[in-house]
Amino acid sequence: MVATLEVRNLQTHFFTRAGVVKAVDGVSFTVGRGKVMGLVGESGSGKTVTGFSIIGLVDAPGRVVGGEILFHGQNLARLSEEEMRQLRGNRIAMIFQDPMMTLNPVLRIDTQMIETVLAHTKVSQEEARQRCRDALGMVGIPSPEERLKSYPHQFSGGMRQRVAIAIALLHRPELIIADEPTTALDVTIQGQILAEVQKLATNTGTSLIWITHDLSVVAGLADDIAVMYAGRVVEDGPVSEVLDKPLHPYTHGLIGSVPSRNKRGEPLRQIPGMTPSLLKLPPGCAFRSRCDRATPECATPIELMELIPGRHARCIHPHLEEQVAA
Amino acid sequence: MSAAMEQIQGHAPAAERPIIELIGISKRFEKRLDFIGKLAQKLGAPVREEIVHAVDNVNLSIRKGEVVGLVGESGCGKSTLGRVVAGIMPPSDGEVLWRGRNIGSLQGAEAREAKLRAQMIFQDPYASLNPRMKVQDIVGEAPLVHGMTTRGGFESYVDEQLRRAGLDPTLKKRYPHQFSGGQRQRIGIARALAVQPEFLVCDESVAALDVSIQAQILNLFMKLRADLDLTYLFISHDLGVVEHLSDRVVIMYLGRVVEQAPSEEIFARANHPYTVSLLSSVPRIEARKRAFATVKGEIPSPLNPPPGCHFHPRCPHAFDRCRVEVPALKEIAPGHLSACHLNG
Repeated sequence: MVATLEVRNLQTHFFTRAGVVKAVDGVSFTVGRGKVMGLVGESGSGKTVTGFSIIGLVDAPGRVVGGEILFHGQNLARLSEEEMRQLRGNRIAMIFQDPMMTLNPVLRIDTQMIETVLAHTKVSQEEARQRCRDALGMVGIPSPEERLKSYPHQFSGGMRQRVAIAIALLHRPELIIADEPTTALDVTIQGQILAEVQKLATNTGTSLIWITHDLSVVAGLADDIAVMYAGRVVEDGPVSEVLDKPLHPYTHGLIGSVPSRNKRGEPLRQIPGMTPSLLKLPPGCAFRSRCDRATPECATPIELMELIPGRHARCIHPHLEEQVAA
Repeated sequence: MSAAMEQIQGHAPAAERPIIELIGISKRFEKRLDFIGKLAQKLGAPVREEIVHAVDNVNLSIRKGEVVGLVGESGCGKSTLGRVVAGIMPPSDGEVLWRGRNIGSLQGAEAREAKLRAQMIFQDPYASLNPRMKVQDIVGEAPLVHGMTTRGGFESYVDEQLRRAGLDPTLKKRYPHQFSGGQRQRIGIARALAVQPEFLVCDESVAALDVSIQAQILNLFMKLRADLDLTYLFISHDLGVVEHLSDRVVIMYLGRVVEQAPSEEIFARANHPYTVSLLSSVPRIEARKRAFATVKGEIPSPLNPPPGCHFHPRCPHAFDRCRVEVPALKEIAPGHLSACHLNG
């Protein structure tokens, strides 16, 4: 079966006055049909830029400078702006952290949604309206017919995010890129949205890239996970394996520092130091200055290697000993 | 006379006496009608004064050395309550007692002293530091004004504060924008501790930080607690953080406390339906591919909260009584209080 999306060695660089920022520097991963892929990283790790690169929304001074983004075998990095436009919102959709980035505050929801439908399909106004109604119903908005006539400010934060998701769903896309869509929401509302999204992915066969900094969200939602650090994927694999037995010291440290993974009241295991500036990354492993396993060899370039079948890590001193134990 | 009273109180075991006590605290925010509004009302337009009950009749006492976690979703009044406790905001009703004395009744030097005892650490390390001030002035200004240090001892006093918060004192001549988010939060902590408080209110103090940095700051909070014998009110929406840090947890919903209990107790035997649904909504790293449990409905607007128990429109167990009568906070097990009619 052909994967919905295959990203190979993606490189997106920003050419700033201070120098070249390699925001994404050799990212590879695959998303299968109907699968949820969790793209995890801290601020500045390049997870959002990866998402923007796939859907072709990287603005100057940034540019995709290398690699392939294969969507059903078609390289998106080579498409013209017009061809990309045909895909975007139609076969690939995006959900942003702030739903007000998707919604125009001065237009009614129906205007915005119907416009989206008509942009890609030739249907009558009435049919388009029906589709919008169905989409709103699908994401759990009560009385969709009335809500269509509302303006974005008349919705609560959670409801706005549902509308944004409904818009993303209008054309039954094969791939949705969700960039921290529940970060700004309350826990109970986040739970509702995650439940809806989970249902949709199973029912419609839509593939999903879920970009987040929150390992706990990904734990319950995703099939696969890719962990990013300083513009590179440092580890990937099936979610339960990566979270239970992480290979890369960074993943290991990240999971260890989650409060619920520590004994109550005892000091949390912490990763020393902070993320390096992307402007002057040291050669070799970018994590080595914070890593307790680092040796001089870590200063040489390290590739993402398959250490265990189905699992990759960019490390020459991985946590392999724990794999045997479990 | 009062000195003698102090003497007697001083003999009481310190652990028994709460360091801070809230009695019937309410905080209302009112939007008064302006001239046009009043005119429109006279002419029969449906405008009225809007009142938000941000905090509604909250009783809470915190013992010396305790860490109390205050949990709730947006609009539940947890930050407002934190501000009242820290003395930044006066309550609309009720009393804040500091070691048994009403803060509002203190005068002059005593009032100033009491204000210093409780300090606050804010959520946003970008917005809570003055961008035009050097770090040494941010940290050192208040102690200088309050006579805790002198011009001569200023430098070494500031160095000491910065070192305690895990910052390199050689960076004290820099401005806030030259620091990362985690470092800025440390500056905020150094500033709060510089006036030698006994009580810290942390309002979502790690919410804006990355996980690896968050762990560093939480560890710092715990170390400072042990070193300086601090008492904390730790406000957060993150139940994982609260569970790890707190001795006791207080859950708020729309301005009211719905449940409070010791940490282990509340995570093992939550009683209030809201707490139960909150706990089941929290994504956990231990959980694998699963159906997310959901609470139906939205948080109602605090402008127009539902009558009776505020949670009844979303509650799976709601019955008629919940719709009319406000449930009282009752003790259901030692130290475990819950406000729910299901408890009889």
